Amino acid sequence: MSGERLDGLSVRDVRVTFDGFTAVDGVSLEVPAGDIRFLIGPNGAGKTTLVDAITGLVRATGSVRFGDEELLGRPVHRISRLGIGRTFQTSTVFEELSVLQNLDIAAGARRSWATLARRRRGVPDEIAAALETIGLTERAAHLAGTLAHGQKQWLEIGMLLVQDARLLLLDEPVAGMSHEERDATGTLLETVSRDRTVVVIEHDMDFLRRFARSVTVLHAGRVLSEGTVAQVQADPRVQEVYLGHPVDAGSARTGLEA
Amino acid sequence: MTAVTPAPPSTAVHPAPVGAVPPGRPAGRSRLRTLAGFAFGAAVLFAVAPLVLSDFRLALLAKYLCVAMVAVGIGIAWGRGGMLTLGQGVFFGLGGYAMAMHLKLADAGPGGMPDFMQLYGQLDELPLWWRPFASPWFALPATVLLPMIVAFGLGSLVFRRRVRGAYFAILSQALAAAMVILLIGQQGTTGGTNGLTDIKGFFGYDLDDPVNQRMVYFVIAGTLLALLALTRQLIHSRYGELLVAVRDGEERVRFLGYDPASVKLVAYVVAAGMAGLAGALFVPAVGIISPALIGIVPSIEFVIGVAVGGRATLLGPVLGAVAVAWARTALSERFPGTWTYLQGLLFVVVVAFLPGGLASLWALARRRDVGARPVRRGWLSLGRRRAERTEVPAA
Repeated sequence: MSGERLDGLSVRDVRVTFDGFTAVDGVSLEVPAGDIRFLIGPNGAGKTTLVDAITGLVRATGSVRFGDEELLGRPVHRISRLGIGRTFQTSTVFEELSVLQNLDIAAGARRSWATLARRRRGVPDEIAAALETIGLTERAAHLAGTLAHGQKQWLEIGMLLVQDARLLLLDEPVAGMSHEERDATGTLLETVSRDRTVVVIEHDMDFLRRFARSVTVLHAGRVLSEGTVAQVQADPRVQEVYLGHPVDAGSARTGLEA
Repeated sequence: MTAVTPAPPSTAVHPAPVGAVPPGRPAGRSRLRTLAGFAFGAAVLFAVAPLVLSDFRLALLAKYLCVAMVAVGIGIAWGRGGMLTLGQGVFFGLGGYAMAMHLKLADAGPGGMPDFMQLYGQLDELPLWWRPFASPWFALPATVLLPMIVAFGLGSLVFRRRVRGAYFAILSQALAAAMVILLIGQQGTTGGTNGLTDIKGFFGYDLDDPVNQRMVYFVIAGTLLALLALTRQLIHSRYGELLVAVRDGEERVRFLGYDPASVKLVAYVVAAGMAGLAGALFVPAVGIISPALIGIVPSIEFVIGVAVGGRATLLGPVLGAVAVAWARTALSERFPGTWTYLQGLLFVVVVAFLPGGLASLWALARRRDVGARPVRRGWLSLGRRRAERTEVPAA
């Protein structure tokens, strides 16, 4: 996978409207190649809807480019084949299939029908590597439904890796995870961002402080603030809207350096 | 990307796996078991059944095995693919009528017209669309290809528009109703309600001769085994895994870069082909094809057999279909009129208490033997999950 092109995501004036309600109201943001960008904002800020728009799940106006490719207007599976992978708030691994089968399916979108008609023999190299990366080598033969919550999330990330996604859109990847699991997930994100661009929707501020390289704050469908963790936390508008009340800069900074 | 491993703290966090596939089960042994299974099936169908059963009962078994072929297809489309098709009668009928048309024309001899057309007396010559069926080279492939083409056309429209679940079931059932109405309405060329009856010969063999009836039975049994082998390959292939993934998470599969519509389409078309072949072989076995055999009621009965046997397994649909068809005959002989109620009751009981069908009982019993494993899920969902689990190949 190294040696592949590293691309950035460029969102320009994206607007999503449901029955007159504007969920995303002219969002523009640039995620440079190799970034780990966190999208934060209160409930209903339009974070997930924005990811839905990027991945083709909802119709949107404006422009979303990944590298040289315009994404808006393409069907979901075509966008996916351009190297855009996403996870969902609730884990959506295939519970009746083994971990290995889950990864094998994720790796196979470009397979010919002739390959599909045959059985899998052994473990393909890229799948073995992904199993190693997500720490599930031991559990390859287990049904995905028997995995712990955190492991399911890692499996989802592993599926994006073998899918050859070059842009990872992760919707609350550490929700419901233990502290150790969060740390492992953060390390995993740092590993995969070496040759990929990562966008994370997350509510967990501690996780954000530790692993975000840049942050975009959404509020009511618009970009409220953008920058490094320190810049965003120092922004009085963010303190007002996102935290609900102004916080003195001192305590925010302390939290950052912890 | 291999350099850094986050080494998630996996040991501390989770309980022992409940339904783990035993890792590293030797592939050779499982193949041996399969071969033994097929050999056993062949021995029962080709040696035991003809020896034990009277000609009458053997002819009935031939009929049941045709139903079982439809069931194998439904097992793929519904059990593995999640498409509850309540209209397999359409494809069964297309195959059956294609075969019956050819046999009627062969009975009538060169240039002749089938008896019923002369009877109704509206036609001076054979309708144009009957003519190609005079040739076995057209009629035989048509019994399979015609249903597949119709399924392809219908499936392309339906799956791309993301029609699924109950909507798909109702749509497929409506199709069965429409087909029956069409056949009855075109009495002059289709035989109407009577259907195509009195089929006497099968490629030069007299079907009244018990020896030839026996031959038809052998052809049917062999075809069923071949379809089972094909289905086994399909289930264990990468496509088979993908089909289950589409059943359980269609949207997720879409986000992995597949088009679920084409994945489902293949399973639907294969199921239709199997139903068509079953219909074609049903005609020489029973000597008739009629709207009553392909409408809504038989279409639902096909599904009941599959549900009873276990829809997600390889053998469940076959055994379920044969068992239900056999029970129907046995009970109708003794208590005419009660079968419909019993059948309904059976379906309700299976759906409510044993969603994985009888096959899940087998899996449950086998698991008990292996040893008491922790049980996390409720009994009901357990039945279903275990039934499906038995077909998940070892990694």
